[in-house]
Amino acid sequence: MTRVRTKVAVVLAATALVAVSACSSSDTNKPSGTGAAVKNVEVFTWWAAGGEKAGLDGMISVFKKDCSQYTFVNAAVAGGGGDKAKTLLANNLKAGNAPDSFQAHAGGELSDYIANGQVEDITAVFKAAGLDTAFPKDLLDQITVAGKVYSVPADIHRANMVWVNPLVLKKAKLDPAKAPATVKDWIADLAKLKAAGVATPLALSKGFAEEMLLESTLLGDLGVDKFNGLYDGKTKWDGADVTAAINDYKTLVSYSNTDRETMDWDAAMSKYLLPTDPKTATGGYQLMGDWVPAQILSLKMPESSYMYWPAPGTDGVYQWLSDSFTLPKGAKNPEGDKCWLKVVGSAEGQKAFNLVKGSIPARSDATSEGYPKYQQWAMEQWKAAKLAPSLAHGSAGPGAWNNDVQTALSAFSANSDVPTLQKSLVAAAGKYANWRSTVG
Amino acid sequence: MKRKIRSVRTWGPGLLLVSPSILLIGFFVYGLIGWSANISTTNQNSRFERTAGTAADAHIGLANYTNLFSSPDFIQSLKHLGILAVFYIVGALFFGMLWALLLEKGVRAEGLFRAVYLFPMAVSMFASGVVWNWLLNSDTGAGASGLNQLFEMVGLGFLKNHWWVSSPTWGIAAIAIPAVWQLSGYIMALFLAGFRGIPADLREAARIDGASEFQLYRHVLFPQLSPIALSALIILGHMSLKMFDIIMAISGEKNVYTSVPMVTMWTLTGQQDFARAAAVAIILLVFVGFLVVPYLVHNARQEKNT
Repeated sequence: MTRVRTKVAVVLAATALVAVSACSSSDTNKPSGTGAAVKNVEVFTWWAAGGEKAGLDGMISVFKKDCSQYTFVNAAVAGGGGDKAKTLLANNLKAGNAPDSFQAHAGGELSDYIANGQVEDITAVFKAAGLDTAFPKDLLDQITVAGKVYSVPADIHRANMVWVNPLVLKKAKLDPAKAPATVKDWIADLAKLKAAGVATPLALSKGFAEEMLLESTLLGDLGVDKFNGLYDGKTKWDGADVTAAINDYKTLVSYSNTDRETMDWDAAMSKYLLPTDPKTATGGYQLMGDWVPAQILSLKMPESSYMYWPAPGTDGVYQWLSDSFTLPKGAKNPEGDKCWLKVVGSAEGQKAFNLVKGSIPARSDATSEGYPKYQQWAMEQWKAAKLAPSLAHGSAGPGAWNNDVQTALSAFSANSDVPTLQKSLVAAAGKYANWRSTVG
Repeated sequence: MKRKIRSVRTWGPGLLLVSPSILLIGFFVYGLIGWSANISTTNQNSRFERTAGTAADAHIGLANYTNLFSSPDFIQSLKHLGILAVFYIVGALFFGMLWALLLEKGVRAEGLFRAVYLFPMAVSMFASGVVWNWLLNSDTGAGASGLNQLFEMVGLGFLKNHWWVSSPTWGIAAIAIPAVWQLSGYIMALFLAGFRGIPADLREAARIDGASEFQLYRHVLFPQLSPIALSALIILGHMSLKMFDIIMAISGEKNVYTSVPMVTMWTLTGQQDFARAAAVAIILLVFVGFLVVPYLVHNARQEKNT
C-alpha cells in the first residue's frame, strides 16, 4: 500500500514539474529557425476579403518579382474598417511582437504609433527610392511630422463623394448629373425629393458615415482653408460658422433613415439607395467614400445604376485618406521590409494594387490608362485638386479624436441637440488639436 | 513524531494532485489580475491621456480611476450595465422557471422540448448577435424588417418599436432579449434538476395534508429551490457584467445607446490607452467580486455548519 502511494506521489510530482516548465518555455508563437525568419517579411493588414484582398495580391506578385530573396507572409486580419485589426496590432506592438510592416492610415492616425515609438523614421528609404519627388507636395506636407516621414502611401481614396440613384431623382424632376452648388442647395433638393414622396431622401449609416457627413458639411460651408484649420488649431470649433454648419448637418440628418444607428454603410446602400431593383429604392443620395464602385461591382449591378459627384460645396477639394505601410521598431527583418516599402511606393506596385482595389495611386506620375471609368476621373481630379484630410479615416487627427467625435455624433443622432454636439466637438478639439506637436 | 509523518502522508498526495492547478491558477488568474491592477496605476496611456510631465511607466496612483469616474460617458455606461443586468437576470430567471415549471410535471416529448430550449446556449453569442441585429432592426415604417415586420404580419402592429435605438438610457434593455433567449434554457435546466431532486414523498405529504397546487409550489417546492435560484442569480449576474460579443454584434462600439464598460475597455485598448483599459477591467472585477465573494462565503459557512 505504501509503495503504491509513493509511486503515485512521484508521478504527480513529475507531472507538476513538466506542467510548470512547459508554461515557461514558450515565448514565441512562431516556430522558425533563424535562417527562415530572416527571409520572411510578415505584413499585417486588414485586407482579407474582396477587392482589397485582390489589390494586395497584385502587390504581392510585384514583391515576388522585385524582392525574390524574401518570402511574403500574409498576416491579414478580417474586418472592413480595421477596428479589430488595430486592436490586435496595438496588443502585438505592446507585447514586443511587431510584424515586419503594418498597414496604417497615413496622417493623424499614424501619429499615435510615432508618439509611442513604434515606427521607424523612413525618410532615408523615401529619398533612396526617389519617392520624395513622386508624391504630390501637399500630400507629403500632410504626412510629414516634425520633418520626418514614417510611412509609404499605397493608395488614395476620396471621402467627399455623393452617390446618386438617378431613377429616384427623376421622380422629383431633378437632374442627377448636376451637383448642387452648395449645402443649402442640396438641402433644397432633399426637400423636393421628400415632397415628391421619396421616404428617406438621404441614406445614412452609423459611426464613421455620420462623421463623414458632418465633415463634408463643414468642408462645404467653411471652405478648404478654414476646414484644414479645424484640425491644427487655427480654426475654432465654437465659431458661428461651425454652428451654422452643424445646423445644416442637423437638417441633412432629418432627411435620413431612422434606423441609421443599426446599420453599416453597405447595408444602408443595399436597403435604401441601390436595392436589387433600383426602381424600388426609397433613398436618393448617400455620402460615402469612393470604395462604393467596388462594392456595387461586387453586387453585380451595372455602372449605369448610379451617378456621382463631389459633395456639394466641395468641388475641387480632394478629401483624402491613404492606406500606407510602415517600418515598425523591433521588426525582425528590416531589410526585407525596406524592399517591401520600395514595392509599395513604386509605380508598378501601385498600379497592380489600385487597379483592382478601387482606389487611385498616390504617386503624381501615375497614368490612368487601363483603369475603370471612376478611377480615371478620380486621377484627373487628384492632379488638380486642393487637399483636405479626413478625421473619420485617420488622415486629419489621431484615433482617439475620431472615437470621441463618433461617440458625440451617436448622441446627436438620439437628441439632435446642436449646442451639446458643438460643446463635445470643442472639448475634443481642445484635447487633440495639438496632435502634431505632441509627437515624439 | 509518528503523528506528524502520518498527517503528511494524509494530505501530501492530495496537495501534489492539486498543485499544478494551484500554480496555473495562481499565475494565470491571480498573477495576471495583479499585473493588470499594477498597469492600471501607471501612466501607460496615449499621450493625450497621460498625466503631464510624468513618464509612461511611472505610478500615478488612482488617477486613471478618478478620471474614469468623472467622465459622464463612463457613468452612462455603468447605468447601462445596471439596466441590462436587471432586465437580463429577471428575464432569464422568469423564462427559465417558466419552462422548468411547464416541463417538470412530465410531458410527452419532454426530451424534445428540453433540447429546443437548451439549444440556443450552444450557439456562439456573436453569431446569434448578428442574426438578432437583423431581427431587432429599428425601422417601423414601410421598410420594416425583422421582429417589427413579424408583428405587422400577425396583426400585432402596435408592438412595433425602435428597440435599442428608442432611448439613449433605456434602449439597452432591448439587448437583454437576445441574451435571455440564449441563457434561459440553461436556467431551465438548473431548475428542472432542482425540481427533480426534491423527494416525491414531500409532494405526497403535502397533497395528503390538503395543499392545493399553488400552495404546494409556494410553500413546499420553491423554498427547496432557493439555493439553486441563488446560484442561478450569481451566474446570470456575472455573465451580464461580462456581456460583450452580443453588444459588439448588434450595435458595435462608440455607440451612446449601448455603451457598457466591457466595450469601453475594447475601444480604449484600440486607442492604446492601456492603463485606462486596465482600470475598467479592475472596476468590472470589483463589481463581479461584490456578487461572487458573499456567495462563496455564504456557501463555505453552510458547508462548515453541515
